[in-house]
Amino acid sequence: METHQIRQAIPVDEAGDAPSAGFLGLGLYRSPRQRVVAGVAGGIGERLGVDPVLVRIGFAMLTLCWFAGVVLYALLWAAVPEDEGEMEIVEPGSRRAASLGLVVLGLMILLRNAGLWLGDLVATSLSLVALGVGVLWISSGKKDRERWSRSIVERVQDGPFESPADDKVDKLRLLLGVALLVGGVATFIARTDLFSAAPTVVLAVATTMAGLGLIFGPWGWRLLTQLSEERRERIRSQERAEMAAHLHDSVLQTLALIQRTDQPREMVALARNQERELRSWLNGTLPKRGQTMAGAIEQTAAAVELQLSVPIEVVTVGDIPLDDRLEAMVEACREAIVNAAKHSGSHQISVYMEVEGDQVTVFVRDEGSGFDPEAVAVDRRGITESIQGRMERSGGSAAIVSEAGSGTEVQLTMAIAR
Amino acid sequence: MNESPIRVFLVDDHHLFLSGVRSELGEEFEIVGTANDPSSAISGIAAALPQVVLLDVHMPGGGGRAVLEAIHRPHPEIRFLALSVSDAAEDVIAVIRAGARGYVTKSIAPADLAAAIRRVNDGDAVFSPRLAGFVLDAFGGTLTEPVDEELDLLTQREREVMRLIARGYAYKEVAKRLHLSVKTIESHVSAVLRKLQLSSRHELTRWATERRLV
Repeated sequence: METHQIRQAIPVDEAGDAPSAGFLGLGLYRSPRQRVVAGVAGGIGERLGVDPVLVRIGFAMLTLCWFAGVVLYALLWAAVPEDEGEMEIVEPGSRRAASLGLVVLGLMILLRNAGLWLGDLVATSLSLVALGVGVLWISSGKKDRERWSRSIVERVQDGPFESPADDKVDKLRLLLGVALLVGGVATFIARTDLFSAAPTVVLAVATTMAGLGLIFGPWGWRLLTQLSEERRERIRSQERAEMAAHLHDSVLQTLALIQRTDQPREMVALARNQERELRSWLNGTLPKRGQTMAGAIEQTAAAVELQLSVPIEVVTVGDIPLDDRLEAMVEACREAIVNAAKHSGSHQISVYMEVEGDQVTVFVRDEGSGFDPEAVAVDRRGITESIQGRMERSGGSAAIVSEAGSGTEVQLTMAIAR
Repeated sequence: MNESPIRVFLVDDHHLFLSGVRSELGEEFEIVGTANDPSSAISGIAAALPQVVLLDVHMPGGGGRAVLEAIHRPHPEIRFLALSVSDAAEDVIAVIRAGARGYVTKSIAPADLAAAIRRVNDGDAVFSPRLAGFVLDAFGGTLTEPVDEELDLLTQREREVMRLIARGYAYKEVAKRLHLSVKTIESHVSAVLRKLQLSSRHELTRWATERRLV
């Protein structure tokens, strides 16, 4: 309390040096140093050079006259500026707590006399609980309190009990606080008929919970945020590692390959294949390894494109799970694509797959040289066997539309097995 | 062409691509301006009043959609052709729904891009095979009951046209196969685009998102 006494004297001199400043030029400030509620009494005490306690007693007396003290205090609180000259705040500690307690006690007595009263029992219990919480609050120290308030919006760095637990006295206070809390509740329960006092029970429980929340809340909160933060961080780093691995295996590899090749067609094919892969990876549609018709067609086209270095544009509409007959269709489609890529001379091949109603249709089209299907020798097994034969054996059909000079289109049709 | 060249504005955040397209199109079209982010694009387009805007879909600062939303209402006469490396369904559908007249991917050949710009300037729509595929998928009838049949369903003819475009045919070839004039094909395509833009189906966007998971 020595620092407190010394500081009390200094502002008086300061105020004297600058009498024109402050409230109405009286040199009156609210004191950040001697504050119980808002520092009004402290400020007046500092200005007049008397102990603020005397000022407070004055306010209390006035309050007895129709609450004039409270009203006056509130008015001054609003009107008088805070002293910003001396920002270093000295915590009055237990003195402040005692003053606040006296103020509250006074108010309680006043309210009791005025008839605004819940009953002695509730009041006693609440007081004990409040006292417990108050002791805990004081024992926690300034740093902790700041941290506790902060913890509502952001992560707390240390546990709330860390510093008080270091100190024997504070540990004692902590125990005392908890004991008072429990005592408050116990008194209440012991002296009450639980059933007739249901609303007040709720009130008492709520108060206790608030107290407990104040004690354990920040700690639990910190644990929770720390846990989820850690989990997020773990997921993030996992994702980063996964992405790095993926880019290494694919993009960087392909870029290296492209630099080593001197054939433009191959370069384009490599780039396109990489583009396709990266795209499906980004879109989250990783190749569905033979799971569905659309996936199988896309995969087949990609493989042929890489092998024969001809761009293949695949468009699919609808999808269906793959079965044996559709697998045969995919094989026929592969054959048609390979034929187009090898023989047509087209710079691009279009593949269109549609699942509609009860049939699956695939079109493989090129804009190449084209040919006369009638003129193809029967022994050229490519088309007859691999495409038409395969489709017919599985219950589908294949048609080839081609004209010399205007490209070729292979149409595959298969009914869906139900 | 005796008429004055079509006035084109380019929006893309990649300088290399911007200058590439500029040199490819510079002879045939009048490039009235370029921008590499949405906010400068919005002010630049409003000042230059081009006929066609080539719009990159993926840009920092709101993307091509922000530009479309800012310009399309006050200047409905300015036509937008979306140009993107992305062919993800939700990107394509979102830009078309916001008012773009067509969507082509950046791998398009220069000649095809020039043709697409001319077509968009003539008021027609530009459907790439993939966009046609998306349309067929989205209007495929696998979704819930249409709210407005007029807008939520494709006619048989429109479906045929879309299917041929999805198969990789150019408008001219589509016309030949269906024994129709190119003009008729273009009006069918425009009708489909209008449905795509006005359709009351909220499912369209949802479909686009869901399709990734199929």
